[in-house]
Amino acid sequence: MNDLWLYVAVAATIVLVGGGVVVVRRSRRTAVPPAPVPSTPAEPTATIQAVAPTESVAPPDPVAPAEPVAPPSLRDRLSRARGVFASATTGVLRRSAIDQSTWDELEEAMLRADLGVSVTTTLLDGLRARVKQREIADPAALIRALRSDMTSRLAGADRSLAFDLARGAPNIWMMVGVNGAGKTTSLAKIAAQQIALGRSVLMAAGDTFRAAAGEQLETWATRTGAAIIRGAEGADPSSVVFDGVQSAAARNINLVLADTAGRLQTNTNLMDELRKVRRVAEKAAGVVTEVLLVIDATTGQNGLVQAKQFAQATQVTGVVLTKLDGSAKGGIVFAIETELGIPVKLVGLGETVDDLAPFNPEEFVNALFDE
Amino acid sequence: MFDSLSDRLGAVVGKLRNRGRLSEADVDEILAEIRTALLEADVNVTVVRNVLARIREKSVGEAMSKVLDPAQQVVKTVQAELIALLGGETLKITYASQPPTVVLMAGLQGSGKTTSAAKLAAWFKKQGRQPMLVGADLQRPAAVEQLRVLGAQIGVPVFSAPGDPVETARLGLEEARRLGRNVLIVDTAGRLAIDAEMMEQVRRISDTVTPRYTFLVVDAMTGQDAVTVAEAFNDTLAIDGVILSKLDGDARGGAALSVKEVIGKPIAFAATGEKLDAFEQFHPDRMASRILGMGDMLSLIEQAEQVFEKEEAEKAAKKLVDGKFTLDDFLEQLQQLKKMGPLQNVLGMLPGVGAQLKGAEVSDDQVKRTEAIIRSMTPAERENPQIINGSRRSRIANGSGTQVQDVNRLVKQFAEMQKMMKQFGGRLPSR
Repeated sequence: MNDLWLYVAVAATIVLVGGGVVVVRRSRRTAVPPAPVPSTPAEPTATIQAVAPTESVAPPDPVAPAEPVAPPSLRDRLSRARGVFASATTGVLRRSAIDQSTWDELEEAMLRADLGVSVTTTLLDGLRARVKQREIADPAALIRALRSDMTSRLAGADRSLAFDLARGAPNIWMMVGVNGAGKTTSLAKIAAQQIALGRSVLMAAGDTFRAAAGEQLETWATRTGAAIIRGAEGADPSSVVFDGVQSAAARNINLVLADTAGRLQTNTNLMDELRKVRRVAEKAAGVVTEVLLVIDATTGQNGLVQAKQFAQATQVTGVVLTKLDGSAKGGIVFAIETELGIPVKLVGLGETVDDLAPFNPEEFVNALFDE
Repeated sequence: MFDSLSDRLGAVVGKLRNRGRLSEADVDEILAEIRTALLEADVNVTVVRNVLARIREKSVGEAMSKVLDPAQQVVKTVQAELIALLGGETLKITYASQPPTVVLMAGLQGSGKTTSAAKLAAWFKKQGRQPMLVGADLQRPAAVEQLRVLGAQIGVPVFSAPGDPVETARLGLEEARRLGRNVLIVDTAGRLAIDAEMMEQVRRISDTVTPRYTFLVVDAMTGQDAVTVAEAFNDTLAIDGVILSKLDGDARGGAALSVKEVIGKPIAFAATGEKLDAFEQFHPDRMASRILGMGDMLSLIEQAEQVFEKEEAEKAAKKLVDGKFTLDDFLEQLQQLKKMGPLQNVLGMLPGVGAQLKGAEVSDDQVKRTEAIIRSMTPAERENPQIINGSRRSRIANGSGTQVQDVNRLVKQFAEMQKMMKQFGGRLPSR
């Protein structure tokens, strides 16, 4: 703690001097050609003005879809693009003993699945110790042990979505995450499933930044039969969510799904904005019972940093792992679950509204190993 | 946050400092650290293996035994290797002799195709071309609407027609010819590389518009899967280059390196912010430093340039080296610094600072406290902190809700900083 201040000072001054030096260099360079066009510092939050949200398509009594669809099995969907562990397993089992290549092959498979160096090392070190103590004697036992270790790392978490009107009504579920993770689509899928469960749902279009994000959500509202509250583009997202919650309370709708704009965790202003959305959401009648961080399965090691920052800003309660129907393995969730204790609650397996399934660790791990 | 490579190597290098030459085992140890750093930066496993093999070759040779600091030399080798890998020929954009020059955008869902398409259009416009955008993403609700809004913001016409994406692209090409637009950028729907049907569709779009450039948009945060995706798209479409999106985050972006290495196509552009002009041609050397976590001074300076008022910065810099920098000036600079994002990230970009900050969380709260202390001072005190005596100290502490020690520390460190900067200023080339 002691010398932090000094670092701050040093950083400030280095930046300052660096800036000054560059400015000098620049001005020399631009001496002949005309001055560069000044870029407008249009920080999204700076120019935002609260605009009264406009109410639109809002069927008050959404009709439940005709037939409840059986959730797709994680295993069915995942098996399409596996192979990383399958080929390693085949290689390992081909040899009669556990040798250096065994460890190399397993390590490579784990790294390829985006488990990360730290998780991979921890898991393999545990296994190495057990092999040394002769607790594990042959390759087949080793594979079994790895599978069960991976599964047990993910065991024991509460993966249910918190819906409890005793805590307050309506319940508010917030979607947060970086740009392009799949927040809006996931929100739509959740809406469809919750409506199928007989709950009434209102979507609050809190992404007022991205062009046409509101239109995108509105299309989903129409398709799923949810009510929707929208604000103008550039409106304060907090006010849109607040109005959504109030409107839901007035209409006896008991679940508000709040969309938010994608933001990179490094952008302090936008993370502060998100904090505010979370805070203001509870100023109306409702209570926030879920803050779902949407993470793209293709995300690499930055996923852990994302989870950390978003958790700090909004008390994330669960992860939605999207796009798991592609070739990405989503191994970063091991680190997120074990290092941050945030459970994966849902996985996205496709583009249609029904392609959202509860996360099941055993199926997830099995799918990694299956041929 | 991951440890930067320089942190990781610090320990190893320290141990090896006094040795004239590196043994095989020493090199192994260093390479192991480099391997971890590359993997944590999301460089593909296979690519890491190849890179390390090449580095080893260069590191155990005779040249190595002569240098003073062999471990540092290894790091330099790594960096040179990465730059070579990322660089090669930078993609030089040329235009079709028969306009329009068609550019096709492809990639996974959420990689940033639509935004990149608009940014690319703005870039072409800046080059003096007349671009047009075609919205052929008819899959995602409101994707075309998004493109229209972005098009309006940058003053570029947008064409789209409902129905079949292939037909839309064809009509877009006709429209561009009719309007005499000389660059046509076709935005397509996001698709999974393993979705045969969708891949076939984008291939047909490509056949219809015969693009001069096909760009694969890759999210800088992508992990190991980047390679699989790039290979699949390259097989279907013959990619000409990569657009690296969302590089303004803190992802190390090892995916960029992997893609370049595996499909052998250059990274053409990088998107570095949410604003539509935050889009530039790719700089391999900066990316190499970033992947290695060795600080990214150039980006830092650029970021600073955006945020800091030019004249103010010049004035403050002058004051600083002249030793006339007051707490008021400092407060002002802190405000600017805060605009650049979380302090931890800013500091992370400074080479060498990362190591010293290890283990200490720099919170923005500390900046707030610092501000509070300075704000509780009178103008005279800010001008000349030496006048702060016991009673002033306790008044300032009370006013800012801090302890007297905090005030003391600030004043003392400010004095140290002034002294340091004076020395630093003395070494600067005279301006």
